[in-house]
Amino acid sequence: MPHKSFVWLCLLPLVVLTVAFFLLPMARLVVTGAEGPHGLAGYLAILVEPRYRATLINTVLLAAATTVVTLVVATVAGMFLQRHRFPGRAVLIAMLTFPLAFPGVVVGFLIILLAGRQGLIGDLSNRMFGEKLVFAYSIFGLFLGYLYFSIPRVILTIMAAVQKLDIGLEEAARSLGASPWAVQRDVVLPALGPAFVASGAIAFATAMGAFGTAFTLATNIDVLPMLIYTEFTLAANFATSAALSVGLGIIAWAILALARSFSGSTVAAAG
Amino acid sequence: MSVPAGHGVSVRIEACGKTFADGTRALEPATLDIARGETLVLLGPSGCGKTTMLRIIAGLELPDAGGRVLFDGNDMTSVPIERRNVGMVFQSYALFPNMSVADNIGYGLKIRGMARQERAARVAELVALTNISGLENRRVDQLSGGQRQRVALARAVAIRPGILLLDEPLTALDAALRDRLRGELNRLLRALGITTIYVTHDQSEAMELGDRIVVMQRGSIAQIGTPREIYFKPKNRFVAEFIGAANIIEAPVENGELVLPGGRQPIGGEASQAAAVAMIRPETIGVVEEGAAPLSGTIDSVSFIGDRQRMLVSGASDKVLTVDAPNTIKAQAGERIGLLIAAEAVRLLPSEN
Amino acid sequence: MRDRLIFTGQLLFTLLVAAFLVVPAILSISAGVTVNYFRGISSGVTLQWVFQVWELYAGTILLSFVIAFATLAATLVAGVPAAYALHVRAGRLSRIIEEVITLPLAIPGLAIALALLFTYQGFSDFRRSWLFILTGHVIYTMPFMVRSVMAVFATIDIKTLDEGAASLGAPPWRRFRDVIVPNAVPGILAGSLMVVTLSLGEFNLTWMLHTPLTKTLPIGLADSYASMRLEVASAYTLIFFVMIIPLLVAMQMFADQEQKR
Repeated sequence: MPHKSFVWLCLLPLVVLTVAFFLLPMARLVVTGAEGPHGLAGYLAILVEPRYRATLINTVLLAAATTVVTLVVATVAGMFLQRHRFPGRAVLIAMLTFPLAFPGVVVGFLIILLAGRQGLIGDLSNRMFGEKLVFAYSIFGLFLGYLYFSIPRVILTIMAAVQKLDIGLEEAARSLGASPWAVQRDVVLPALGPAFVASGAIAFATAMGAFGTAFTLATNIDVLPMLIYTEFTLAANFATSAALSVGLGIIAWAILALARSFSGSTVAAAG
Repeated sequence: MSVPAGHGVSVRIEACGKTFADGTRALEPATLDIARGETLVLLGPSGCGKTTMLRIIAGLELPDAGGRVLFDGNDMTSVPIERRNVGMVFQSYALFPNMSVADNIGYGLKIRGMARQERAARVAELVALTNISGLENRRVDQLSGGQRQRVALARAVAIRPGILLLDEPLTALDAALRDRLRGELNRLLRALGITTIYVTHDQSEAMELGDRIVVMQRGSIAQIGTPREIYFKPKNRFVAEFIGAANIIEAPVENGELVLPGGRQPIGGEASQAAAVAMIRPETIGVVEEGAAPLSGTIDSVSFIGDRQRMLVSGASDKVLTVDAPNTIKAQAGERIGLLIAAEAVRLLPSEN
Repeated sequence: MRDRLIFTGQLLFTLLVAAFLVVPAILSISAGVTVNYFRGISSGVTLQWVFQVWELYAGTILLSFVIAFATLAATLVAGVPAAYALHVRAGRLSRIIEEVITLPLAIPGLAIALALLFTYQGFSDFRRSWLFILTGHVIYTMPFMVRSVMAVFATIDIKTLDEGAASLGAPPWRRFRDVIVPNAVPGILAGSLMVVTLSLGEFNLTWMLHTPLTKTLPIGLADSYASMRLEVASAYTLIFFVMIIPLLVAMQMFADQEQKR
């Protein structure tokens, strides 16, 4: 068998699987989205309908806040861990990265244990101030949950990027008289730019699509994935759920594609 | 079809050109015959098409339509490499990291279904031949560069190929090792006596190893000849300058003599042109007393190189001449000297543009 | 002095972040083995909740493993050869294919699950079996396998090794078996760990695709969070940690080893 045919044969199983269980369903989803009472206009509902629009804005703001805070936290911790060697460092890194593969539901549960009705924070605040602090089921609890699964991922990317930084650049800046802050501002942070864009996009796209955490916290805050879920299961509003899914997919994909064209590296979300 | 094993095949490539998918022309259609048992060197700077030609012969690239590759007169153009019975040594050696040295050498035999014992015997034979005894069970990443090169050669030769193809096999090594392995490789190739095509950009490798050299330039064959022909009778300025050092002189011709600022230099053979481009090798210029030769000049500088000394001489030609003189001659900068050049040592080149 | 202060500040901050991540997990583990979480650890340590979870949810754990290994098998069979093909035939078409198979990383699982539902709800036998969940997991984890293997190919010049084997007379499938796959082993292992870990923890797709008879571990978890007492939910989470953490540790060790090479 000629090599060329062998190569095509190698691709065949993947192509069949992808067409049958991804491309075809995705096409179906797009069609379903236009099968509602409003036809193609159903796709505009996400922007036009006040309730959907409010949810979209909620979701975007929450994802953006998660991204910004995660980046700040991960940069401080990641730079520190990559630049210093001290006893216990490996354990600390392990602690910061182990939640990497926790599903959203588990993260939601952990937030309940932290800030729920029987949570640690409520318990402590009760003992100290005589008042039980419970916020797991509010938007702040959701935000905390999103931080929980974003931090490990972003820290890993930032640490890898810091490791690749040429220490010579910093030394050159110092030799030219730059203060430690100026070195950070003018040399280090710009050099980490691509890593910020890449990991920030992942954090944002993941937060946009996160379902498990919101589901477990069962909050009354509407985020887009929860809205899609309720439209589908409770309201049996198939066309709307499909249209909203397509919208959500496009937003998440566009953010990652944009980030990739900026940073050049391959960017992808997971979870 | 069957290929006679072990004795080597003759190769003919016929009108083989190569245009890549992006439209770049890597090789102009070329025709070339390689005799059974001959070692042919493809020589040229990077990008000259030598590797493309080798890959076409190997069966790793298909020539453009109309091109044909024949082994012993049989058309092999559409036969893939795995059925051409070629032994190939890659520039990076392409040793399999997942196999030991012995398994690497024996892989081609295993593919051919040779029994384990017979295979072991053949591997042992090649291990001895290439001087790598004791390394049989090593992993590839535990070998030095020179050892890898030998394993790659042993692996290629093990299958008794009809033709041995070597793609810059010494380039990855450092200079001292390269010189030593070149000598070893030469002895080995002579001992094996199979048809060999050797790609290199190094002219001294080409000179030492090649029965014939094909000098390539920008996708075409510039000259084919024995090392001596290529060196002393280059067909054009590119070949003259690519192989060894050369003085290229452009001057008017009168009565079979080049008319130069420092005198007249006789030229051999037909000298009917009014002007000529001539090549003179530095070591063919004799240094004599001023007046003892028709041509004279002034020494600009003398550098002692060890086995000889290199002088730069001005005033003789319109350009500074490079002269390689024996290391026994006493001369210094500023001195006037005569330059004695045999008429046969002046090689006329076709004038360009 | 100032350096010392900055160092301490950063260390404290990092410790705080680590505490945020670790403390809830420790709470969960301790709750899973406490007689009564509300009264605290002083009420005694017990494995009764773990046994109760096993009685209630053993089926979900088993199914999760079945699906994870079936997903692994599918990603190996389809992903490894495809990674090779995409690497050696690097062209426009390959880039497009790579782009398409990586889309599930960007598109939220919920959307993919809905798409599968709308397409295959008519095939009720398929819809009701665990194979339906499997398709979702395969689509979702495939890019990790393909990329992990392709990353290895990019570092070892697999194309020349392939040509080397070809020059020795090996036909394409022998080359694939003898040279390509053995040299892709680090990528295949790393990809496999990733695929199994992700499949075991997958919730977003699975929640939409499951039926009452095809519940996986994360589905059971969500179920217990909603309807069981905190100790049982915690014990269940504990079981999940016990399953997933060795995989994470292996993945980390693997990454470290790769970095050293």
